[in-house]
Amino acid sequence: MMIADTPLADRTALTDRTALTDRTALTDRTTALRQDFPILQRVLPNGRPLIYLDNAATSQKPQSVLDAMDDYYRRYNANVHRGVHTLSEDATTAFEAARTKVAKFINAPSARQVVFTRGATESINLVAHTWGRANLGPGDEVLITEMEHHANIVPWQILQAQLGFTLRYVPITAQGTLDLSTLPDLLTPRTRLFSFVHASNVVGTINPVQELVAAARAVGAKVLIDGAQSAPHMPVDVQALDADFFVFSSHKMCGPTGIGVLYGKRELLEAMPPFLGGGDMIREVTMTGSKWNTVPHKFEAGTPSIAEAIGLGAAVDYLQQVGMAWIQTHERAITQYAYTRMAEVEGLHILGPAPDARGGLVSFTLEGVHPHDLSAILDRSGVAVRAGHHCAQPLHDRLGVHASARASFYLYNTLEEVDELVQALHKAQEIFTL
Amino acid sequence: MGSDDLYREAILDYYKHPRHKGHLDSPDVQYHDHNPFCGDEITVELKIEDGVVVDAAFDGHGCAISQATASMLMEEIIGKPLDEIKAIDKEFILEMLGIEMGPVRLKCALLPLKALKAGAYGLEEWPE
Repeated sequence: MMIADTPLADRTALTDRTALTDRTALTDRTTALRQDFPILQRVLPNGRPLIYLDNAATSQKPQSVLDAMDDYYRRYNANVHRGVHTLSEDATTAFEAARTKVAKFINAPSARQVVFTRGATESINLVAHTWGRANLGPGDEVLITEMEHHANIVPWQILQAQLGFTLRYVPITAQGTLDLSTLPDLLTPRTRLFSFVHASNVVGTINPVQELVAAARAVGAKVLIDGAQSAPHMPVDVQALDADFFVFSSHKMCGPTGIGVLYGKRELLEAMPPFLGGGDMIREVTMTGSKWNTVPHKFEAGTPSIAEAIGLGAAVDYLQQVGMAWIQTHERAITQYAYTRMAEVEGLHILGPAPDARGGLVSFTLEGVHPHDLSAILDRSGVAVRAGHHCAQPLHDRLGVHASARASFYLYNTLEEVDELVQALHKAQEIFTL
Repeated sequence: MGSDDLYREAILDYYKHPRHKGHLDSPDVQYHDHNPFCGDEITVELKIEDGVVVDAAFDGHGCAISQATASMLMEEIIGKPLDEIKAIDKEFILEMLGIEMGPVRLKCALLPLKALKAGAYGLEEWPE
């Protein structure tokens, strides 16, 4: 889609007076928030300040998250759910408190419905290996979309080869939105699961969850929502969404890597067989067999990522203190501005819908400059963006591009950083047209 | 790392005006390879007479580094015996490009060599 199509009203939005006042308020808050992130004070080897626009890949971490993890290792490092000594009790309390914080963050009815995993990818694999194995077979269908991250494609492909069900895809339009007109044909009584992304990591599209869930319900299909790019950036209420499963990763929402979440409806989690076998997931083990622990522990074999869970809990505290609604508003303003400014760059094509229908990221191609080269040249200006197919090869195939570059924003990004990005884009163009 | 050298004039020139890009009529060797992480693709074709490469061509798409390297490499190998081509290594490519680069971009630069050597050895598939 050509950027030049952007309505004039959008382009001038930031020049009207109200918007300018908003811009000042936005800048003040962001300037203060930036102080919370030690890495943002970093100067790169070439003397440039860091302009981090790769937040859809992973976010930076505030001091409070680093402190929480450090405190665990320094003061009460011990295994959870085992010892009765002080350290183990402290560790268990902090670990389970993190679970409660996460439950409140997504408005889960109970902390027991929050399963800790290694990340959104493992969460989807967990559902595939447990719920999938128990519920899918020949004649059944799993519906996903052409917009999915590989994490919501490959687990189903692997399982499909073993169980013989059919995997179907909701196509996307040229604008990078789901083609909803195909839903009546694709969702049938054979559909056992509709698994789709909440917010796209490439085209930025925020999918109409309510409509999709209603369509799935009408045929009795379960719903898995991949919230890897939504939970960090907007208020999420899993009950309002009526998700059967909702998955996300800690590291994209100011938390550490190595931990993520699977939320599930109670009756589904209870009925699912365990995932990995080992310690902590059992109630009783004999030579002839074992009984499983209660949910969520049934799905958490072995010593979990304790420091990481505590770090995630601190990240949730931080995000709630900032305010998810504020974060969403802030990112909308940045994205709107980026979209408009990037539109002025000749030969730049943005993938996906207009700013009002997207989350805080802009993927694009620049005529004559391969995304890899572009990323390398932007890096010289201190600007970090992602280049490639962003783990969504089928989507790129569908859009007819081999690769794209992506600028993705978070609560600490500023409009000035967008200006730097645009300036660096012009520089890249100069180098390649010399 | 000489990031500023990464896009020195010669590399950009080969990228924008690639030599030996396209396909040969009935090549004796054809090998296709790609980098799954970035999507770069290269096909190398060779015409061989008495163990000597008499013509070579590449086709594909990708970043300036991978495409320019492929083009320069085709120029280098025409007229060379297969045995000599089999001996081409990473240092040869780096010297040919005249730049230094980190591990990620090195993969881009080495993709054409990977395709060429697999073709020269007559491999069906690159041994992982």
